[in-house]
Amino acid sequence: MVGIINYGAGNIFSLTAALDRLNVTYGMVNTENDLEKYSHIIIPGVGHAGAAMEKLKGTGLVEAIKKLTKPVLGICVGMQLITEHSEEGDASLLNVVPVKTKKFDKSLNIKIPHMGWNAVNPKNNSLFEGVEDNTQFYFVHSYFIEYNPTFDIASADYGLKFSAAVQKDNFYGVQFHPEKSGKAGELVLKNFSNLSL
Amino acid sequence: MLSKRIIPCLDVKDGRTVKGVNFVDLRDAGDPVELAAQYAQQGADELVFLDITATHERRKTMTEMVKSVARQLNIPFTIGGGITEIADAEALLNAGADKISINSAAVRNPKLIEDLAKTFGVQFVVLAVDTKHVNGKNMVHLNGGRLITELETENWIKQAEDLGAGEILLTSMDHDGTKAGFDCGLLSKVNQMINIPIIASGGAGSMEHFTEVFQKANVDAALAASVFHYGEILIPDLKQELKRNHIPVRI
Repeated sequence: MVGIINYGAGNIFSLTAALDRLNVTYGMVNTENDLEKYSHIIIPGVGHAGAAMEKLKGTGLVEAIKKLTKPVLGICVGMQLITEHSEEGDASLLNVVPVKTKKFDKSLNIKIPHMGWNAVNPKNNSLFEGVEDNTQFYFVHSYFIEYNPTFDIASADYGLKFSAAVQKDNFYGVQFHPEKSGKAGELVLKNFSNLSL
Repeated sequence: MLSKRIIPCLDVKDGRTVKGVNFVDLRDAGDPVELAAQYAQQGADELVFLDITATHERRKTMTEMVKSVARQLNIPFTIGGGITEIADAEALLNAGADKISINSAAVRNPKLIEDLAKTFGVQFVVLAVDTKHVNGKNMVHLNGGRLITELETENWIKQAEDLGAGEILLTSMDHDGTKAGFDCGLLSKVNQMINIPIIASGGAGSMEHFTEVFQKANVDAALAASVFHYGEILIPDLKQELKRNHIPVRI
């Protein structure tokens, strides 16, 4: 059963709807004790990374999340939260995965936000089991996670190569929105819910 | 590489889709949920719902519809029509809408763009602009092209980008309904001025028109209604045609 960190950063209706379609059961995590109830944890997130981090701190869950040993998936800003730092609001983040979140540079001749369907190249990783190379996922973001071969499990290109997904131990993050990425996105969510460590 | 998006637009009134839609295997052509699922199945990259309800119950009706759509749909969708304040947008966001589009309310109160962008992020705010060529100038119009404003289209779009619009939906009222092709000249000009995505709208009549608007104006997305609803263009065929013309699409 999946626990969703309920910290008020963006709407989670689409995420819970996707889990419903996949027959994955879920509940909300509001307190540290709630973390015990679930086998898998999702950190959702939309909006400003710095502001999202402040909201997460407000729940008092930060240290408990960092200590988790069960599978954790950060989505979009939720993924950025598990990195070390974001240029958005010059924010120090959870630093579970020691990589940085940076702003897209429009001098690369790209539009910002990066909005729409882009090809993702997954490495051999359980989260992407059954997902072919160059499968497209739906992205909406203005900040990206720097590519680091140690933690990257799927890359994408937008002006430069960046991490569409990262992993360190039990912590996973995806920059795209699996709940909005058609069948491929649903497969990633399903794979996550089936992860056993 | 980022794909060019194909976006069917659905008109909604009192929670039901209007305008004839003749997909063969639809049980209920007025059911936005079924229609949306059908388009997603065909390979639409995104959907726009334009609400034309004019009753006091609209927010409640719309929120219910958005929830029903979000429960079933696994691609992003935008809701437009009648959004005049933060509370309207918030209700739609919480019901599962990915973006909202604003038009006349932003013309009357440009600060709305800024307020929405600050509250929900620029990615949530689509500015829809209806434009018409008048005396050698491109002028912003309201009420489906019936009411001219004092705003020049290019200036208004630039201002909206500065205020925090995350995307522009530009409809040429001169081309809309003609099925003679998109206004590639204006779209290209506007596209070069801004650094946010632009959706072309108005004039789609054939698959070649889509190829043309992506090649000539390099827009990020193209929107159409009747050619899709009446089955004149099937999205899988359109995607193949675009691919043949080396336009990046999601198949």
